[in-house]
Amino acid sequence: MDRNMIVDTRNMNHWFGTGEARKQVLFDINLALPRGSFTVLMGPSGSGKTTVLTLLGCLRAVQDGTVKLTGHELHGASEAELTRLRQRLGFIFQSHNLHESLTAMQNVVMGVQVRARVPDDLARKAAAVALGLVGLSDRMDYLPANLSGGQKQRVAVARALVGNPDMVFADEPTAALDKDSAADVVDLLKRLGAERGTTTLLVTHDNRILDRADRILTLEDGKIVTVQEHA
Amino acid sequence: MTIVLQWLFGRLPIGWLQLTHKRGRFIAALSGVAFANVLVFVQLGIMNSMATATLKPYEFFNADIMISAPDANALAEGGNVARQWMLQALADPDVISGTGLFIAKAPLKRGDTDISLTTFGVDPGQPGFLAPLIAGDIAFLEVQHVAILDRLTRGIPRDEAAAIRPQSPFSFETQGRTLTAITTFAGGGGFGGDGYMFVSDQTFLSMFGARSSTAPNHILLRVQYGADVSAIVERLRGLISDKTLRIRSYADAAQEDLRYQQTRRPTGIIFGFGVLIGVLVGLVIVYQVLSADVADHLREYATFKAMGYGPRFFLGIIVEEALVLGILGFLPGLAVGAAILTLMGKVTTLPLAMTPGMAVTVFVGTVVFSVLSGVIATRRLAAADPADLF
Repeated sequence: MDRNMIVDTRNMNHWFGTGEARKQVLFDINLALPRGSFTVLMGPSGSGKTTVLTLLGCLRAVQDGTVKLTGHELHGASEAELTRLRQRLGFIFQSHNLHESLTAMQNVVMGVQVRARVPDDLARKAAAVALGLVGLSDRMDYLPANLSGGQKQRVAVARALVGNPDMVFADEPTAALDKDSAADVVDLLKRLGAERGTTTLLVTHDNRILDRADRILTLEDGKIVTVQEHA
Repeated sequence: MTIVLQWLFGRLPIGWLQLTHKRGRFIAALSGVAFANVLVFVQLGIMNSMATATLKPYEFFNADIMISAPDANALAEGGNVARQWMLQALADPDVISGTGLFIAKAPLKRGDTDISLTTFGVDPGQPGFLAPLIAGDIAFLEVQHVAILDRLTRGIPRDEAAAIRPQSPFSFETQGRTLTAITTFAGGGGFGGDGYMFVSDQTFLSMFGARSSTAPNHILLRVQYGADVSAIVERLRGLISDKTLRIRSYADAAQEDLRYQQTRRPTGIIFGFGVLIGVLVGLVIVYQVLSADVADHLREYATFKAMGYGPRFFLGIIVEEALVLGILGFLPGLAVGAAILTLMGKVTTLPLAMTPGMAVTVFVGTVVFSVLSGVIATRRLAAADPADLF
């Protein structure tokens, strides 16, 4: 494996169901994502994009093939190993999934404290920086109920990025954002890739993002059908 | 509170924040836990009261060994014992004295109130068999139809009872006799009667014509100072011809009476079940609250799972919630429970009160069962699958 590749899959297959209901949803996925790259995953509904995201994001057990993430083999990894690996990843979901009883600051602090017991003042400082990056310095002590949809999504972005993850998995992260906010978030992810080596794998239908991607993968019926590399 | 808990857990007190986020639900949950605590406190209070009331009359006497009829499960229950066995017992070199104790219920009518007095007939010439609170006045009983009355008797106003003295006696009719109480002692109503009364054995026999001086309810024995009571009990069991008699140390007799009241009498069993029901109600309430809370926050928990938080983190949140509910629910439960017991004690004159032992026991039980409920509720966390978030 090329050590510069943060993701390297060989013949990754996946099935859902058992017995006669068993259905293959991914077919021989071969994928190599360089560290710091920004990759967009596209495809029609049901093409397997989410399954790829959940497998590479250590949220599902790999059933078949070789799947390496930051050099760790995911096929056969225990639940505890997958949990540990997830601590090095950032997730941005289509729905913000913020904790309703925690303020914006506290939600982002949760992204810091997952790896170790970080002193509270340091965790808060890191969270304040992350919230500043997404333009929410003046909303840190707001509960999610008092934030707009776009603001909530930006808090979720800050939570995903605050721990300096090796890789960010994002599912339609700009769907709830206006044009400027969406551009800011994508630029932020790109900048983190350049400055910190954070790799991004992003599922989207948002055409505004496509021209910013280093690579666009198109998935159909569980197979990668096209790979577009941008200079 | 948030800062204290944050310092205590070394992380954000998510459980606390989650519980207090919806104030109405939080207060309802605390009320539920407090209600369960009150149930347990009241039942435990009654159980303790029964124990205190059962053991109370044993405190009136000063004996080492008690000989009773085979069916005498309690002090005021069972048949009689022939006085001749006392004479056999006195043949043991370590038994220094013996006396017969007569017990019966005597009714006392005051206006519309029927009062039941547990009446002890004792030999006034044997003050050594009585506890100091009675022994000092025992000489009064040398006079026929004189009584020493329990001033805490239910149905007799306290001020009236407290005013009873040799110069201001209290006369009353019972068992077809007129008795005169010329002094009092502090007993207290129990479950078997409203109060106690001491009379001489001769007065007792005149009140209860069917009773015989040769057959008291129990025989009390005193032994040499420093003698081994259990060894003497064993010897007496061999010495006394009637092998059906219950020959026990006085302390054992009291404890056997207590066990009988708690485990064989319906009242004891009912109060025991009451405690169990209270515990189960508390367990169910805390489980329901925590389980509903887990269900409400399943997406958030799934998000935390995706972020890399492990099972111990989630267990910590649920246990934190259980502790908050248990501890904060206990405090109002303690206050209300103490108030109810005090009120019930005043109304019934039963020895009902909140004791430090009860408070500590219920607190520990509340915390343990709350945590247990929390641990059970964590099983619902399995439904939080982070893969479903995408």
